[in-house]
Amino acid sequence: MDYETVIGLEIHVQLLTQSKMFCGCSTRFGAPPNTQTCPVCLGLPGALPVINRRAVELGLRAALVLHCTVHPTSQFHRKNYYYPDLPKNYQISQYQYLEHPPLATDGYLEIEVDGQRRRVGIRRVHLEEDTGKLVHPEEGNVSWVDYNRSGVPLMEIVTYPDLRSPQEARAFLLKLRQVLQYAEVSTGRMEEGTLRCDANVSLRRPGEPLGVRTEVKNMNSIRSVERALAYEVARQRELLERGEAVVQETRHWDERRGVTFASRSKEEAEDYRYFPEPDLVPVEVTPEWLEEVRRGVPELPDARRDRIMAQYALGRYDAELLVQTRATADFFEAAVAAHPSPKAIANWMLGEVSAYLNEHNLEIEQLRITPAQLAELVRLVEDGTISGRIAKDVIAEMLQTGDSPRSIVDRQGLVQISDEAALRETVEAVIQDNPGPVRDVLAGKEKAVAFLVGQVMRRTQGRANPALVQRLLRERLGLLGG
Amino acid sequence: MRITPEVVERVARLSRLELSAEERATFAWQLSSILEYFARLDRLATEGVEPTSHAIRVANVFRDDEVTPSLPVEEVVAMAPQAHEGFVVVPRVLEAEE
Repeated sequence: MDYETVIGLEIHVQLLTQSKMFCGCSTRFGAPPNTQTCPVCLGLPGALPVINRRAVELGLRAALVLHCTVHPTSQFHRKNYYYPDLPKNYQISQYQYLEHPPLATDGYLEIEVDGQRRRVGIRRVHLEEDTGKLVHPEEGNVSWVDYNRSGVPLMEIVTYPDLRSPQEARAFLLKLRQVLQYAEVSTGRMEEGTLRCDANVSLRRPGEPLGVRTEVKNMNSIRSVERALAYEVARQRELLERGEAVVQETRHWDERRGVTFASRSKEEAEDYRYFPEPDLVPVEVTPEWLEEVRRGVPELPDARRDRIMAQYALGRYDAELLVQTRATADFFEAAVAAHPSPKAIANWMLGEVSAYLNEHNLEIEQLRITPAQLAELVRLVEDGTISGRIAKDVIAEMLQTGDSPRSIVDRQGLVQISDEAALRETVEAVIQDNPGPVRDVLAGKEKAVAFLVGQVMRRTQGRANPALVQRLLRERLGLLGG
Repeated sequence: MRITPEVVERVARLSRLELSAEERATFAWQLSSILEYFARLDRLATEGVEPTSHAIRVANVFRDDEVTPSLPVEEVVAMAPQAHEGFVVVPRVLEAEE
């Protein structure tokens, strides 16, 4: 008697525009409070909104990428409610009812979970504006409001309840973020709030109608979406197994405690009294306009993977990892442009760089090193300035400090020793100190050569040119040229 | 359509308005008569007339995605009853309660 998990997501995405949805205020993140506002986004009497064309085009772009039906005519509505983050006392949004379709409906996004490909249905894509931001200071019985975010263009994406596990929800969000980043629709950063996700969760016996759902909010990363959903599924299962009912309610995720709890915010505000926004005329999307938008869609992840495989002669596995995020693929291609050694650059990125990011839980955008610096490191190895062994120390230092490989090599005296005279001395000393292995070499045991090379490398702190050491050793022991 | 004092009370609560019993009765009467006046429109034959929310047939009025100057923050907070370091100060609202 197991239960089936049913999850639907509501995702808000900030569109990549310079200015707000209905006015020319900047959308720049992190500006001092209330420095990016005007009569329109403050809802001052008489101010009139005008739609940002770019925001509509980015919405259309997302609709295309998500295989949605774009409606020839859509319009905006007022969603009325009272909250201090909403200066107009209504939010301009696109409401969906009979003769008023939103921008686009009924598409899908394909995800892969455990090697299985699945299509997750998209119910609708619509445009709206963001609200202001509330800050709750510890002291005093007050809240602070910053209206910089008020009127910032948002796109809401609502899925059908097609997801069957927290893992699938995570896979969906990762894929959605990847696609939106590639399409240059949004930066898709949950930590900056340019991608936000609420989830509807319910359980049912397979084949039965949908169970009572709860809406989970306040999840600040893709990982916390997965954790919150796992918690909520377990909580509902426990209730049902005890014969109790799930209450339809909004629940907040508490990241620190790892639990969801019922919240009673805006509880009487369910009647939003939607009506068409009289200050805005409808949006009409002609086939020509849609075609123009379609032509402007940048290269998507699958296409970029295939191109990277072909253009740089890389395997599918490497290419797949490199296109994981657009920033990673951009970093790779910028590095290759600076020094055309794609395989070596890919190896560093998927090896040391990726390990460093994982270890420190960072995104590639947060790296201290630039693509040009990684390219320079590869060049230093290839032209023999440093050995591959030393390069690993250099990249570790680069990742830590952001210094250029050249300056690290110079500062720490890591330049590879290719001076024959200097190395001959070390080779001689190693031969004197290791009579046993030398005998083995002379007896034809190849492995012992590697041991002696290793000894020379050790005495030079890895700075000796290994190929040169090899040759000098063989020469000295009479193994060359005869 | 008749608007009852209960409907007025509900709309007032959604709008965060406090009304006396007398005001509720007055507004119920006034709103009812406004709606009755508009109800005359129901008597018109509208078959074949497309629903519309605008009196003029205009679509696609857009602006380019260009940043224009915002208001100085001093001017913005001067409009608020109370301000603190650029923020507008309001009575405490909690987004979530346990």
